[in-house]
Amino acid sequence: MKPSRIIAATTAAALAALGAACSDEPDDGRVHLAVAMDPGLEQGAIDAFNERIAQFEDANPDIDIEAQEYNWTASTFTAQLAGGTLPDVFTIPFTDGRGLIERGQIADISSLTDELPYVDDFNPNVAAAGSDAEGGLWAVPTAAYGQGLHYNRTLFEDAGLDPDAPPQTWDEIREAADAISEATGETGYAQMTNGNTGGWILTTMVYALGGRTESADGGTATIDTPQMREAVDLLRDMRWEDGSMGDDFLYDWGTVNQDFASGRIGMYISGGDVFTPLFTQNDLDPADYGLTALPLDGADSGVLGGGTLAAVSPNTEADEQAAAVEWIDFYYMEKLTDQDAAVADAEALADSGQPVGAPQLPVFDRATYEQSLEWVDEYVNVPVEQMTPYTELIFDQPLLPEPATATQEVYAVLDTVVQTALTDEGADIDALLAQAETDAQAAMDAAA
Amino acid sequence: MTTTDTRPAGVTGARTGPRDAARRGRRGPASWFRGGGHHSLVFLLPLLIVFAVFSWIPIGRAVLMSFQATNLVTDPTFVGLDNFQAVLADPLLWTAVKNTCYFALLALLFGYPVPLVAALLMSEVRRARGLFSALAYLPVVVPPVVAVLLWKFFYDAGPDGVFNTLLGHIGLGPLAWLQDADIAMPALVLEATWAAAGGTIIIYLAALTGVDSSLYEAAEIDGAGIWHKIWHITLPQLRGVLLITFILQIIGTAQVFLEPFLFTDGGPANSTVTVLLLIYRYAFTNSLGGDYGGATALSLMLAVVLALFSALYFRLTRSWSSS
Repeated sequence: MKPSRIIAATTAAALAALGAACSDEPDDGRVHLAVAMDPGLEQGAIDAFNERIAQFEDANPDIDIEAQEYNWTASTFTAQLAGGTLPDVFTIPFTDGRGLIERGQIADISSLTDELPYVDDFNPNVAAAGSDAEGGLWAVPTAAYGQGLHYNRTLFEDAGLDPDAPPQTWDEIREAADAISEATGETGYAQMTNGNTGGWILTTMVYALGGRTESADGGTATIDTPQMREAVDLLRDMRWEDGSMGDDFLYDWGTVNQDFASGRIGMYISGGDVFTPLFTQNDLDPADYGLTALPLDGADSGVLGGGTLAAVSPNTEADEQAAAVEWIDFYYMEKLTDQDAAVADAEALADSGQPVGAPQLPVFDRATYEQSLEWVDEYVNVPVEQMTPYTELIFDQPLLPEPATATQEVYAVLDTVVQTALTDEGADIDALLAQAETDAQAAMDAAA
Repeated sequence: MTTTDTRPAGVTGARTGPRDAARRGRRGPASWFRGGGHHSLVFLLPLLIVFAVFSWIPIGRAVLMSFQATNLVTDPTFVGLDNFQAVLADPLLWTAVKNTCYFALLALLFGYPVPLVAALLMSEVRRARGLFSALAYLPVVVPPVVAVLLWKFFYDAGPDGVFNTLLGHIGLGPLAWLQDADIAMPALVLEATWAAAGGTIIIYLAALTGVDSSLYEAAEIDGAGIWHKIWHITLPQLRGVLLITFILQIIGTAQVFLEPFLFTDGGPANSTVTVLLLIYRYAFTNSLGGDYGGATALSLMLAVVLALFSALYFRLTRSWSSS
């Protein structure tokens, strides 16, 4: 054979091999589905997840499930969405549901979700997050939460505070932060400030003080308000007068969880359901953990709430979408509505040492939620008594949704506010808030 | 003196004149194919495919996208110059430009001379020069993300932080480092200089070996000291390399992304937002679908500015580099 033919044959073979390597999953007659699994899980949590996959595949032999590590963050989600690398089934926050549906960026599975027996039982406010304008359910609400104050019981004890009587007012939070910082040298109170989480938590504080960050119709930014000023002043007092906020003012969700789980933070505000990731990803010692409800102050005060939707990739075919809804029903929903499924899920988690019974808010109604907790009562292994200051109050607190218009952009504007307040002692807060309101309004106008 | 070269024309570049080139140019595709020209094309093909797939097509696509509104999921629509207008109207753009210029200036002040001085000192070392070279190059082989995490630990703003402990020994600090809008950018430059200096040092060391030692000997006979030798011999001899590393440094620092992204994510209060970080934010921080049109428009503007700057730079320094 001539050298040129050898080269041509070799090149062709290499290209063919490359093509084969890039080919789709095996054609074995089954539907192949990639589903989201939290990244960085402890081995026990991975085992529990795989056990659930095995149970599902036993019940659905024509579906092959593959776990794909996935965690929603604004930046990685956008890149994965554009690049087509999302799992077939993934989760998104309530705030993004309507926007993604309007833009056609998730699959329309409403005809499939219509067949779910509990589709009409969702709390209407919760279902709205995953529905289109006609009420079709494109994304299934799987969990809801209200913000809470997480605290380290050990640091409370070290500071001479009673961990069973956590702060009930903002002044008490400030005093406790100061006491912890003085007695232990650790951060008394930490605030997320980065990657739009600064806006998320600042909005939480404003809600708890009776304010809002946008008008009821979602058309006007309301940043420069007395409630916002009060929230920023409280942070500045803790930062500059008390020195109780530590040295890190660039925390985001991941890093603040990391430092809290390692015992370096006395208190911080985050979703009431964060115990599970703290335990499964950051190796939190449950004995350290305490959770209480946020203090509400003012006539229109309330707790910022949110939740998680399970959605399906727009790149999936009809058979994959049907399998995806089967998986959503099995993995996320049956444990909320079916006793056998709830027990099977709790048993798998408990057997692998994973948390069962961490507090959430109901996606249906409170009675259904409490019923599901009763089913798994014998498997509950989280320190629920350390969370009673939260669970006893949260159902009585008004739950408020996140701002609807340009949510992430407005949060980004507020990141700058809280970072400036915490890193610049001489900052002109009046000018800062006025500028933030202008910037937020521009972002909202652009999104309208 | 004359010599006789018996090799056929074309084997050496010196013997290949315009007439040979013209003769080659007259060859038709058939004769080119019969002559085995397609062999080189076959060898070139994988490289062309790789360049096309990973460079040229994405660049062409980016230019196209800068005139579109697209979320890369649904169909794009052409919007003319809207993306460019929106980017230019963004107040954060000028903050990013100012920050990027500040980073570039600091990197020039500290990052440009440090490798040169280090290379000059190392070239004077008689023993264990290889060891010093390896030590200087070591930061370059540390994965950038690992290096940033390491430096984040060093930059702990508490009094027990590594750098603050060192400063404490001489009665300074503690400094807030990354947590202070005034210090954050210099802190990023410090790490970036540490991370990148090794590669430039190796280039300078290689260039220094090309300096004719007889020039130094002649200068010594004339009574020149170390500074005179550096100023009158070393630097002029290195000027070609210095010109190239200068423009590479400017281009590199204008595209700084890793440090502000990993250290501070642009904070505190946008004090470390750079142009590339802003491009990233346009594209990826809105979870409802990025502003890829705005991101590619700003990328295109940055590329044009850098290309113009490079062209102007080489034009202005042409006489110096060829003298």
